[in-house]
Amino acid sequence: MSLLFSVVAVVILVLIPWVGVGALDLRLLFGVIVPYAAILTFFVGIIMRVVGWARSPVPFRIPTTAGQQWSFPWIKSNPVDNPRNTRGVVLRMAFEILLFRSLFRNTRLEFRQGPKITYEWEKWLWLAALVFHYSFLVIFLRHLRFFLDPIPGFVHLLESLDGFLQMGVVPLSGLGVPGVYLTDMLLLLAVTYLFLRRIYIPQMRFISLSADYFPLFLILALGLTGILMRYFLRVDLTAVKELAMGLVTFRPKTPEGIGVIFYIHFFMLCVLIAYFPFSKLVHMAGIFLSPTRNLSNNSRFVRHVNPWNYPVEVHTYEEYEEEFRDKMIEAGLPVEKMPETPEEEADSAEEAGPKEEAAKE
Amino acid sequence: MSDVPKPEELARIDHRPPELKGWMDMPVEIKQGIACYGGKPQNLEYVGLPNPREWSPFDEDWKLPENWKEIFLEGLRERLERFRSLKVFMDICVRCGACADKCHFFIGGGDPKNMPVLRAELLRSIYRREYTTAGKILGRLAGAREITVDVLKELWYYFFQCTECRRCSLFCPYGIDTAEITILGRELLNLLGLNIDWISAPVANCYRTGNHLGIQPHAYKDMIEFFVDDIEEITGVRVEPSFNRKGAEILFITPSGDVFADPGTYTCMGYLMLFHYLQDLGLDITWSTFASEGGNFGYFTSHEMAKRLNAKMYAEAKRLGVKWILGGECGHMWRVINQYMDTFNGPADFLEEPVSPITGTKFENAKSTKMVHIVEFTADLIKHNKLKLDPSRNDNIVVTFHDSCNPARGMGFLEEPRYVIKSVCNHFYEMPENTIREQTFCCGSGAGLNAGEDMELRMRGGLPRANAVKHVHEKHGVNMLACICAIDRAVFPPLMDYWVPGVNVTGVHELVGNALILDGEQERTTNLRGEPLPGMEEEEDV
Repeated sequence: MSLLFSVVAVVILVLIPWVGVGALDLRLLFGVIVPYAAILTFFVGIIMRVVGWARSPVPFRIPTTAGQQWSFPWIKSNPVDNPRNTRGVVLRMAFEILLFRSLFRNTRLEFRQGPKITYEWEKWLWLAALVFHYSFLVIFLRHLRFFLDPIPGFVHLLESLDGFLQMGVVPLSGLGVPGVYLTDMLLLLAVTYLFLRRIYIPQMRFISLSADYFPLFLILALGLTGILMRYFLRVDLTAVKELAMGLVTFRPKTPEGIGVIFYIHFFMLCVLIAYFPFSKLVHMAGIFLSPTRNLSNNSRFVRHVNPWNYPVEVHTYEEYEEEFRDKMIEAGLPVEKMPETPEEEADSAEEAGPKEEAAKE
Repeated sequence: MSDVPKPEELARIDHRPPELKGWMDMPVEIKQGIACYGGKPQNLEYVGLPNPREWSPFDEDWKLPENWKEIFLEGLRERLERFRSLKVFMDICVRCGACADKCHFFIGGGDPKNMPVLRAELLRSIYRREYTTAGKILGRLAGAREITVDVLKELWYYFFQCTECRRCSLFCPYGIDTAEITILGRELLNLLGLNIDWISAPVANCYRTGNHLGIQPHAYKDMIEFFVDDIEEITGVRVEPSFNRKGAEILFITPSGDVFADPGTYTCMGYLMLFHYLQDLGLDITWSTFASEGGNFGYFTSHEMAKRLNAKMYAEAKRLGVKWILGGECGHMWRVINQYMDTFNGPADFLEEPVSPITGTKFENAKSTKMVHIVEFTADLIKHNKLKLDPSRNDNIVVTFHDSCNPARGMGFLEEPRYVIKSVCNHFYEMPENTIREQTFCCGSGAGLNAGEDMELRMRGGLPRANAVKHVHEKHGVNMLACICAIDRAVFPPLMDYWVPGVNVTGVHELVGNALILDGEQERTTNLRGEPLPGMEEEEDV
């Protein structure tokens, strides 16, 4: 159901610019208004989201410690997985964000009747996630060639690295098709894997929402239209660059001669951008604010203050002694206040509180 | 445990969720053996918790206040504003499923709603409905749903099937911590008087008598003096603990389970012997009948209750005028001390930075809380050769070590206990690496779930741990499971009997007590349990 909904939603999203530009020629709408609206939504949305998170304080220092604490000099501590200072936290966060450290720990439960339980090697999710995110990043950076003039050196470098298959490994270039970018293929592969595991692993299917399928399909549509455009339905790149530069320099133009396929691709991107702040995709920003990862485990030696800390009602020693004084005296325990006539009060300390002893174990 | 199915039956677990049904279409079914009893009114009343009444989770009517929905949602809003963790964790989950098979309750039970991701989704769905635009408009399609009495019951059922062990949070690429969600979820349930008896009774006891078990001061002293007699019988040495003594240098606080039930009591004897041994070397320590609990079941109720119960540690240290506090072997006690105590009830500026009076070691890592873990303390003593030890007295046992969840993942207390165990035992073997240290598996009964009525849940939740013990039991002949947690000591014996018969349970300081050579002791023939020492078996028979 949630799968179907997402498929239909993406199909409709593809049809909108197809009809809009292909039949109605609404180039201004899809080439200028929608992109600006999307970008605006993205920035406003992300800022609101992050500010919203940041407005709530972090009352307690709750890092998940994943290694030995800092203790004696003769015990080797793990400064990254159990950071004790900012330097450690920065390293830990770098490992998380750049290498997906926590996901790398992943194992797979192998349950055999008996029971015999083992935890098997499972790095595919980590690998697919890493490939997916880095491919996306490279593709994003490659696209800067459309938005920057002159094109920075690193974009050229990325392009040539990414396109190294061009060097004759794949014979496609002979057919009038440009060199294949590695990241295009990897992205599609990774997205397909991430989708298939949601379908094939029963638990994954069970937990998946539309909100999980939808971005996958959206990105798939984005990638496929991009590939179609690059390899099969060529568009006038000079005109595309003209449009893109128009957008970034705030002198928008909608040149002639750009195929509908470009507008579909571009619209997919706009939808993704606009959808970003309102979806699970905000994990990109959220990870930086995750209190189990971005705090050092130092609350035993550096005081952490809770901004909303408030006084609470406690049971004081005086109240305690008041209730048990006679018994304490009888047992030879020291007391703060000696009663004047201990004998008379000996039986007055009735059990006022919970009668039942919790110790049933 | 008569009503718990046999291990062979219980082990037939299916981890596949239903094929076609969505989880929102599976109404909660509150099962005997899984759910705990509801909190009793007098215990809620004693500490001023809302909606005290007789109720049972197995009844249709939970006797909720009229405006329960309002209270719940207002409570949620308040907590979203107070805890960034909750807000972020509600928003950023991508349901990658990495956490799913990391939870001991899911592994041992197969209930799909025990996958950590789904446990959180139970609350997230309500959050979406109330606080996100998509959730308001799209409803179910956006994974949102309204809170109804049935949904509330579902929340209750699953938040009290989580031991807050944080194993899932270790594997989460964003560090989403189910413990945090459960802790705050339980706070919300407590606003409606929906605690379990096994938590609310210890909380009320602890508030009144200073400890969970409701041990009154004279009884507390009696119980420890009972150990003093036992120690004298075994070693010929009479140890002399002091109580509520003003002017002592150090205050000792340990979970009350250590003075109450086997095998924790033997660990308690270990503490007593160690303190006696160190007396001549300059240790000046006192016990307290008021701060007579290290653990904190308030932590399983709400942050506020945790703070209220924790307050007596510093209060008693201040009253007695000690310099610093030494803490016993306990699990969640140490998460609270490490990550909460100073923030709750600090600054402890009336105390001094802890220094070992015997070795002169400064405990720099406890500079602010002023509270040292006894295993750290002992490790330092051993490192400095201050203890005369005879590890061969522990030769009849083959030991493995269970890292308790909270010291492992809420502190990083991994090497210290291993160092001590290896110093006092000759036969030590680790369990498989995916089940120890930061990846350790919960005992299955933490966070207040160590009741009697949820024994099936406990046996299920403890299965992954037991399975790892079984592995070393069969491979290396391990017959002793060591741990540094009072709940572990209470719950592992039945768990081991159920899954791995032939493995006993011990605290680390029981092993220390056995190996420690006291001045003027007689020749020991038995260990602290009264069992013959290696090589003494025949003499016992005479």
